Parts: sequence; C-alpha cells; structure tokens
Amino acid sequence: MFNMSFKDEKTLKVSAIKNGTVIDHIPSNCLFKVISLLRLDKVENPITFGSNLDSGKLGSKAIIKITDVFFEDSDINKIALIAPQVKLSIIKDYNVVEKKVVKVPEEVVGLAKCFNPHCISNHEDITTRFHVLTDNGDIELKCKYCEKITDQERMVLL
Amino acid sequence: MSRSLVSITDFSKEEYLNIIEIAKEFELQPVQDVLKGKVIATLFFEPSTRTRLSFESAVYRSGGNVIGFSDSSTSSSTKGETLNDTILTVSNYCDLIVMRHPIEGAAKFASEIASVPIINAGDGSNQHPSQTLLDMYSILKTQGTLDNLAIVFVGDMKYGRTVHSLVMAMSHFSPRFFFVSPVELKLPDEYKLYLDNHNIPYIETTDFGMAIREADIVYMTRVQRERFSDPIEYEKTKNAYILKYSMLSGTKSNMKIMHPLPRVNEISRCVDKSDKAYYFEQTKNGVFVRQAIISNLLGLK
Repeated sequence: MFNMSFKDEKTLKVSAIKNGTVIDHIPSNCLFKVISLLRLDKVENPITFGSNLDSGKLGSKAIIKITDVFFEDSDINKIALIAPQVKLSIIKDYNVVEKKVVKVPEEVVGLAKCFNPHCISNHEDITTRFHVLTDNGDIELKCKYCEKITDQERMVLL
Repeated sequence: MSRSLVSITDFSKEEYLNIIEIAKEFELQPVQDVLKGKVIATLFFEPSTRTRLSFESAVYRSGGNVIGFSDSSTSSSTKGETLNDTILTVSNYCDLIVMRHPIEGAAKFASEIASVPIINAGDGSNQHPSQTLLDMYSILKTQGTLDNLAIVFVGDMKYGRTVHSLVMAMSHFSPRFFFVSPVELKLPDEYKLYLDNHNIPYIETTDFGMAIREADIVYMTRVQRERFSDPIEYEKTKNAYILKYSMLSGTKSNMKIMHPLPRVNEISRCVDKSDKAYYFEQTKNGVFVRQAIISNLLGLK
C-alpha cells in the first residue's frame, strides 16, 4: 500500500512519457554529470527531470525521462563511470517494455581526463583511453598512455 | 602497425627469454652486419647520455646507422612542433625510432601513429623497458638462472621506475624480494597488491645489513634529497642506504651488486674493486641487449 502511494507521488512529480527512455535511481548529485555524459544538452526532444526526490535506497535520487530517444548500450554503459546503480526503462505506449542496468565497460575512450599532469594525453591532441579497473565496487581508470590510475575522486569527465 | 617495445608489460615471459637468447648471440659475436643499410633514429627530447650512447653503440656494432638529436633544444619541438608531427616526419627517415621524452605515455602515443617500430628509452617516470631487459640479462648471466632468486632492492622504492619494472618482470620467476628503503620512499601499494595477488613473498625493511646477507642480487638505487618532504628526515636516513665495503663480509659468494647508474654516493668507491661489484659489466650487457631488441623488432633476428 505504501509502495503504491510512493509510486503515485513520483509519477506526479515527473510526468509519464508515451515513448522513450526513463533513467532512474540516479544519485541526485550525479544528475548533471549524467546529463552531460549522455550529451542530453544537445538533444532537442522533450526531456523532463526531477532531482532530490526521496529514495529508500539512495536517500535522494534523480530521474530523467526523454521522449522518443533510445540509447545504444555503449552509451548507457558510460553512465557506469559515475552512477553504476542507475536503471533504465524503455517505454513504449506508456508501458515498460524493457529494463536495463548499466554494465561496467572494459575500456573508456574519450570520456574522461587523465589526472596525471605529466601524461601525454594532457599535452597533445589525443583521445584519452583507459582500461577500467574495479576496486571494491569503485571504478578506477588506468591510462593506456602513462599507466597511472585515475580514481573516482580525481575523475573529471570531458 | 609495426611492433614496438614501449612498456615492460608489452612482452610475455617467452618474449623476454627470446630477447635474452638473442643478446647471448650478440655477446658471443658483438660486431655483426645484421642492421646493414638500416637507419635508426634516436630522438632524445630529454638528455640521457648513457642510454643514448648505449643504443647508438648497439646500432653501429650491428652495422646500422644513426640519425637523431640528443637534446630537444636542437630539435624542431622548440619551434612548437607537436610530437605527432615530429614522429610522422621522422618515421619517413628511418627504420626504427628510439625515443626518450619527459612526458609519460609519449612513447605509447608515438607507437600508435608511427609507421616504424618505437623503442621507449624512458617516458618521464613511467617506463624504460630496455633497462629492465638488460637487468634480467645481467641477473641470468651472474646467477646462471632467473628462477628462485632473492633480490634485494635498496634506496628509492617509491619513484624508482627501474625497480618497479624489474619487480614486475622478475615476478614470472618465483623470486623473493626485499625492499630496503626509508619509510617515505616505500614501494607503492599497487605493486604490493600485484605481488600479493601472485603469491610472491616480500619483506619491506629499513635494515640493509640484515637484507644484504640474504641476497643473490643487490639492486642499488639513488635516494634523492628532493624526494623528501622533510629535509631533517633525509639527513637522518641518507647514510642508512649507502653500500660500504665492510658490509660485503658475510654475504653469499654468488651475490652481485647491480645499479642502473648514474651513481652518486650510494655505493662507496671501495666496493668497485670487489668481484661482487657488477654495475659496470651491467652497462656492457646493455649494448648486447639493445642489439637484440632492435634486430628482433625489425624482424631480423
């Protein structure tokens, strides 16, 4: 009963879409990073989002609903860099037809900056490349050039 | 894309051993014409006399020719040319590029864009794989084996890239490691984690006297003053990591002392006369190993 009313309340806050993608369970402080990672600022379709919504699991979460946009898995997996617990729902005719979770990619290309100021990728016009390492659930990036490890704390997205 | 040697992890155990085998051939017959008609470029964006001369000697002794520069002030990078453009241009002038660059990852980047093989002769504090291969060759030559050795590293475990690479490479051969260093210059966690994951026993200690008696190989490195955040700490510890002649008594008869050089004062000059001192022989091995690496990457050996 409580679940139902909670769900109803959420629907009120961010209205349903007919077709498109819902990205849920985004930690509130990651919302704008997810927006920039998926280049949503360049999307011209209707987008609604809510932030600082109550969430049992996360405490405070954000949600994004994008009309008529469906992402490639490779795009979705980029989100793993900042918010691996995110869940996506594919909506067709107001119904959830598919649920997706993000998978940590093996390689990250052109998304993040190497923290090492002496790395060649910060000196020449180079697309950054990292091997993805996981350390107790946290994602770390090992630079393919300087071999130094950029951890979550020092991660800057491009 | 041609095959390059950028990082010590680019080569498998079999490939290390193959290079060592080829180096043995060159030691038996150092003057050859295997590189006849080949042009090797040595691009030293950062000066390093020893490494450059060793590579150039290796090329000349193998019958090849050298072009290049020994200091970026005499190259077009002072005019603002990108590394990208320098490498694409020089690739057209030579069959292989040996490069040293102050920026980490520079050689990896060069290997992605060059049409010829790249040998990394040092990229900042990152990698210097030909040093590691010559260290392995020296260990094999003095001990008759690479397996089950006690290797004592002394000095700067934190920033010493020769230590890091040799630790990784020797991990294939069931070693025991001792890391003798001031507390401020201990081995970084990522390497300890690597050793733990591979079940390789190691001891970290500040007690040089204890460790040296266990050693088959003592690998000395320089402790630099500028690495210390606290100058008082440097003054207190600087003498603890100097190898003196008296410390050689009670060491194993097969023990050899290695050093990537240049030495400042961490090995007392009196040690040079001991038959355990191997650091100058080690530099000689460097030429054979570089002959082997160059001719192997060019598919000639």
